[in-house]
Amino acid sequence: MFKKKTESNVDTTKDASSEDKDQPWAELGLTQDEYQLIREILNRRPTSSELAMYSVMWSEHCSYKSSKIYLRQFGQKVTDEMNKHLMVGMGENAGVVDIGEGLAVTFKVESHNHPSYIEPFQGAATGVGGIVRDILSMGARPVAVMDQLRFGAPEHPDTARVVHGVVDGISNYGNSLGLPNIGGETVFDARYQGNPLVNALAVGVLKHDDLKLAKATNPGDLVILFGARTGADGIGGVSVLASETFDDDGPSRRPAVQVGDPFAEKVLIEACMELYELDVISGIQDLGGAGISCATSELAANGDRGMEIQLRNVLLRDESLTPEEILMSESQERMMAIVNKRNLKKFEQIMNKWEVEYSILGKVLADEKLVIRWDEQEIVNVPPKTVAIDSPVYERSVEYPTWIDELNANSSESLPRETEPSEIAAQIIQIASSANQADKSWITSQYDRYVLGNTALSMPDDGGMIRVNEESGLGITMATDANGKYCQLDPYQGAKLALAEAYRNVAMTGARPRAVTNCLNFGSPENPEVMWQFKQATTGLADGCVEASIPVTGGNVSFYNQTGDVAIYPTPVVGVLGVIDDVARRIPSGWQDTGHNIYLLGTTKDELDGSAWAEVIHDHLGGKPPEVDFQKEMELADLIHGANIQGMVASAHDISEGGLAQALVESSLRFGNGARIWLGELMERDGIDLTAALFSESQARAIVSVGREDDVKFVGLCEARGVPIVRIGVTDLESSALEIQGIADIDLLELKSAHVRTLPELFS
Amino acid sequence: MPKIIVEIMPKQDLLDPQGKAVANALKRAGNSEIDATRIGKRIELHYKEQPTEEDLEKAKELAKDFLSNSVIEDVVDVYIEDQN
Repeated sequence: MFKKKTESNVDTTKDASSEDKDQPWAELGLTQDEYQLIREILNRRPTSSELAMYSVMWSEHCSYKSSKIYLRQFGQKVTDEMNKHLMVGMGENAGVVDIGEGLAVTFKVESHNHPSYIEPFQGAATGVGGIVRDILSMGARPVAVMDQLRFGAPEHPDTARVVHGVVDGISNYGNSLGLPNIGGETVFDARYQGNPLVNALAVGVLKHDDLKLAKATNPGDLVILFGARTGADGIGGVSVLASETFDDDGPSRRPAVQVGDPFAEKVLIEACMELYELDVISGIQDLGGAGISCATSELAANGDRGMEIQLRNVLLRDESLTPEEILMSESQERMMAIVNKRNLKKFEQIMNKWEVEYSILGKVLADEKLVIRWDEQEIVNVPPKTVAIDSPVYERSVEYPTWIDELNANSSESLPRETEPSEIAAQIIQIASSANQADKSWITSQYDRYVLGNTALSMPDDGGMIRVNEESGLGITMATDANGKYCQLDPYQGAKLALAEAYRNVAMTGARPRAVTNCLNFGSPENPEVMWQFKQATTGLADGCVEASIPVTGGNVSFYNQTGDVAIYPTPVVGVLGVIDDVARRIPSGWQDTGHNIYLLGTTKDELDGSAWAEVIHDHLGGKPPEVDFQKEMELADLIHGANIQGMVASAHDISEGGLAQALVESSLRFGNGARIWLGELMERDGIDLTAALFSESQARAIVSVGREDDVKFVGLCEARGVPIVRIGVTDLESSALEIQGIADIDLLELKSAHVRTLPELFS
Repeated sequence: MPKIIVEIMPKQDLLDPQGKAVANALKRAGNSEIDATRIGKRIELHYKEQPTEEDLEKAKELAKDFLSNSVIEDVVDVYIEDQN
C-alpha cells in the first residue's frame, strides 16, 4: 500500500498544507464524510501518516462508533450500591474491582475472531497475549485466563482445522506464559462456520496502590516504547482484518497476521511488575490494535496533554518499514511507558536486568497536540483527542427482524415427547454425548489448569476459582456464559439469560457475584436487523445488571461476524466475577459422600424452546427462551452463600443447558459417584411431565447435596427464605449407576464413556 | 534413497521467535558478528524411484498447499536432491 520512502518523499505536514492530492481514504476504510471531517479538524488534508492513524483509530474495532450509543447504558443504568466496589469502570483498558484486604481484581474479555479464522494458531495465541497485556497495563499481575469459543458444525471438515489451531494456539501461549486456564466455553453450531468466535479473558490481581492508568499527565515526562521490536506484523490488521466481512470465497485473501512470542511476554510481565513495585512509571499502555497510533494518542488524550515523538527512534525488526507502517504495526509484546526523567535510570536498570529492549521516543507536551517527526520532518500534528476519543459516533438504523415472529411462533410445544422409559433414558445419554453437552476435557486438558498453584476450581466445575491471598485464603471465581440460540430467539432476554447463568455459576461455587464484563459478538452493524439485535442485547444486559445489582466494568464489541448475508447468532458473552472469603469453603459441583440428600432448588416450568433437548433430539430451534427473574437468582445465590457459610452444602451444581438431566449426569460423573433419583414429587408439585422435569431449562435452579446432619436446618433455611425446595434423590457411593426411578439405571461407566468420547472421536 | 527437498521459511515480515531466541543465544556466546537468525524447515520427501519432473510439480503443489502454512510461511525452494 505504501511505497518505501526515502527522506525526500515522506509526506510532511508542510506538504499537506501546501499541496492537495487524492488520498486512498476509501481503501483505508474511511467514508467520504469521515475523510471530510478529518480535513475540517486539521484545516488541511491529512498527511499519509495522519490518514493512517485516523483510519485505524476510527475503525469500528478501535472507535466503537456503531456501538457507543448503546454501551453508554452500562455507565448510566447504575446505582450507588452497584458501584460500591468499583475502582475503575468503563473506558479504561480493563475495569478494576475492590475485593477487600487491600487487593483489587481487574478482568476483561476480548475477541480475536477474524484473525483466528485466517490463522487459527497465531490468531488465538495472540488473542491470549493481547488480553494479558490489557490486564498488565492496569498495574496487575495476570493470574488466570479463560476462553470462550464458538466453532462451526462439528462434522464440517473445516471445523477441525480451526479447532486444532485455536486450541493449540491458546495452550501454546497460555502454558508458555505460565498462566492457568481455569474454564470457559466451547459451543459448536453451523452458524459459526465461517466466523468462529475466539474470545479470551484474563484476570489480574493488584494492590490498591499499584493501580495504573493509561494517562500521560506530566509535561516533560519521557515516552518510552519497550518490549519486542516493531515489524510488519498485521499492518492494517485492525481496520482491514477486524472490520471487513469475508468474501464468499472464504480465506483466500490472506493479509499479514501477527505472530506471538509468549516467552517475550513473560519477561515483559516480570519487567512491568518490577516497574510497578519500584514506582518507576507515571502511566502505561499496552500496544494492541493500532499499535503506536493508539498508544500515543490515547495516553495523551486521557491525560489532557500532548506528545512529541521521534519515530526514527522506534527499534525496528525490518529497517525498510515506512513511517505509516510503523504507526500501524501490530507487533506483539510491546508496551509504552510514561516515565519521569528522574526515574529514567531505574527504568533502564530494570530493562537491562530483564534484557528487554527499549527506546525513548519523545516526551509529554503541555499542549494538546500530538506531533510525530521522521528525522527533522513533521509527519503528524493532530489534536490527540480527535484521534482517540472524539471519533464519529453513529446511530445506525435499526429494524425489527422480518423473520423473528415466525421463529418465535414455531415453539417446541408441537415436538413429540417420549413416555417410554427406555427411550427417555436414551435421550438423556444422547444429550450428554452431543458435541455441545459432552465433556470438554479433550480441550481443557491441553491447557495448564493448575500452574501457579492457586487454582481451587476449574473445568468442569461451575466456575474457575483462584486463591488470591495465600494467607487468608481470599479468592475469586470467574464464570462466563452466552447462549446464542436464546439470543437468536430474543436478544434482550438472551443477554439477561447469559448474565443469569454466569451469575448463578459463580454463586454455586460459594462466591458472591461482584462485577460483570462482556464481549459482544454480532454480525454487521450496517444490517439494521443485526443492529436491532445489538440494541436489544445491550439493553437486556444493562437492565439485568440493575436487577441483579452488579456493575459492568468494561467490555469489547466484535461486529462483522458474518459471511455474506448470514450473521452469527448474537453472542453476548457475559463474564461474572465473584469473591469468596476463603477458597477452602469452595463448593464442588459433584457429590462425594454417600447417603446425602439431593435437593432441587427453584421452580421447574415447561420451558423447552431453544433447549438442548429441542436441538439434539429434534433439531429444532424456535419459540421463546426461558423466563429470567433476577430476584429469584439473587435469592438462590444468597441461600447457597448463607448455607455454605454454615458448612451445609456438600455440593452444588447449576441447572442450565440440558436441564436437570444434564446436571445430574455431570454431578455424578464429576467424581464418579452414583445416586438414586425420583421425580414424582417434583412433577406433581410443579405440574409438569417427565420430559419437562428432565430437560426444561427453567432458570434460577440448582441441585445441591446435603448431609443428613444438616438436613433439617437446610430445609428450614430454604423455607424461611422462600426458595422452593424438593427432595429428588439421595447419593449412593455403593452404586455405580445413576438410577432414575421408573426410567432407568444408567451405568456410570457407560455414561462416562458416552459423555467423554465425543470430542476425541471428532477431533483426535 | 531418491528425494525431493522442500525448504520453507517463516515469512520475511513476520516475527520468528525461534530465530530471535537463537540469535540472542549466539550473541551471548560471543558471536557478535551475527546480527540475526531466522529458522525455517527442510522437509525430505522420499521416493521409491528417481522422481520425475511430474513428481517435482506435484511436490511443489504439496509444498504450497499442504506442507506450508501460506499465511505465515513461504516455500523458498523445492528441488530433486542430487544423488551424488
